[in-house]
Amino acid sequence: MNEHNHILHDHEHDDIDRRGFLKCMAWAGTGVLWTVSGGVLISRTLAQIAKAGAVLAPTDLSFLQISDSHIGFSKDANKDVTETFRIALDRINAMPTPPSFLIHTGDITQLSKPEEFDTFDQVLQGCRTKDVFYVPGEHDVLNDGGKLYRDRYLKKVEAKGSGWYSFNKNGVHFIGLVNVLNLEAGGLGQLGDEQLEWLEADLKGLRAETPIVVFAHIPLWTVYPQWGWGTSDSERALGFLKRFGSVTVLNGHIHQVLQKVEGNITFHTAMSTGFPQPAPGTAPSPGPMKVPAEKLRSMLGLTSVLYKQGNSSLAVVDSNLS
Amino acid sequence: MITFIGKNQKTILLTILIILNAILAVRGDDAVGIGGEKKNTIEIRDFMFSPPTLTVRAGEKITWINRDDEPHTVVSVGKNFQKSSALDTDQEFTITAVAPGTYEYFCSVHPKMTGTIVVLQ
Repeated sequence: MNEHNHILHDHEHDDIDRRGFLKCMAWAGTGVLWTVSGGVLISRTLAQIAKAGAVLAPTDLSFLQISDSHIGFSKDANKDVTETFRIALDRINAMPTPPSFLIHTGDITQLSKPEEFDTFDQVLQGCRTKDVFYVPGEHDVLNDGGKLYRDRYLKKVEAKGSGWYSFNKNGVHFIGLVNVLNLEAGGLGQLGDEQLEWLEADLKGLRAETPIVVFAHIPLWTVYPQWGWGTSDSERALGFLKRFGSVTVLNGHIHQVLQKVEGNITFHTAMSTGFPQPAPGTAPSPGPMKVPAEKLRSMLGLTSVLYKQGNSSLAVVDSNLS
Repeated sequence: MITFIGKNQKTILLTILIILNAILAVRGDDAVGIGGEKKNTIEIRDFMFSPPTLTVRAGEKITWINRDDEPHTVVSVGKNFQKSSALDTDQEFTITAVAPGTYEYFCSVHPKMTGTIVVLQ
């Protein structure tokens, strides 16, 4: 991604403007680096970071969101998702300052097969950043209620219930939620009472100034319920989060970048590294979207996040794989 | 209490069924398969079960075929029959209807997808 392609009016000197952001949205499916510095989350494209040299203050925290790898998918929309996943990792490895850790927001595999998880793990070994935190997508829990996923990907965290957990990094409180299990006929994604009770208790002791990052596979805001792009009981979760000054919600599932700000809560969905999906309502169904081969990589990508203390605005920029 | 016999079939069988369907359609006789047995097929396409409501007689088989590039499942809302495993593209799932009644089902991966089976005596 060329910076000059999307930064057209930089009123807030944060390397992003509305038109540029909308252009980023149109690419659908990349990666974003998130950084925490002094209490504020900002995000930049990998290209921007590479150009700037990415000098971080010691208190800064940068991490990277990657999503919807769908290892095992081999249909027309992308016949080699393993290769595009590898390219995404190459982009991470090329960053001058590697992110502290990765967050994978689900759909590691296409069909929850052990060999698909194996392939993912093997390719991931090539990533310079070793620390990865996961939440499952519906494709990771297809036939066993998520047992295989939990056995593999929750070793480093103290997971509860069907796999939710929280941890702290550089003063930021991170919460990984599961909203792809025990779904009800006619409904959307679901957190369930047990997880919501845990969330309320988890947040109870935290000061309102604590920056919060929540990540889950299906969007925790209602993007497009006709396609199941939402979580039925997310309002209860967001109610517990209202008192906090800075809340960032990172989701995957819809294979395109969308962002919404509601009070102190910023919602962001990431691109896929596997294949794009159509914008809400623009196709008969949300199935994999076939695009011309030369366009594919522009619609896949990563999200990087930089958290800088003392800054109160959040900028989100995603980078594609072209 | 109703019971169904559930079973995943192989792609080869599916191919044969597609060919048979084509032949039967040409004959204008798509309601009757080999040996006079009625064929009941529910196609999954664009994240929808088609037809959304299917009426069969007790003892008949019902087969779902997934035509999407996305895996889907067939799960009884009231747990009245064994659920399918995740069906990849062109994979199918067959049950045999036993007891009369109306049965709701859905895709547990995409729960917005719902369908109904009516089993007559």
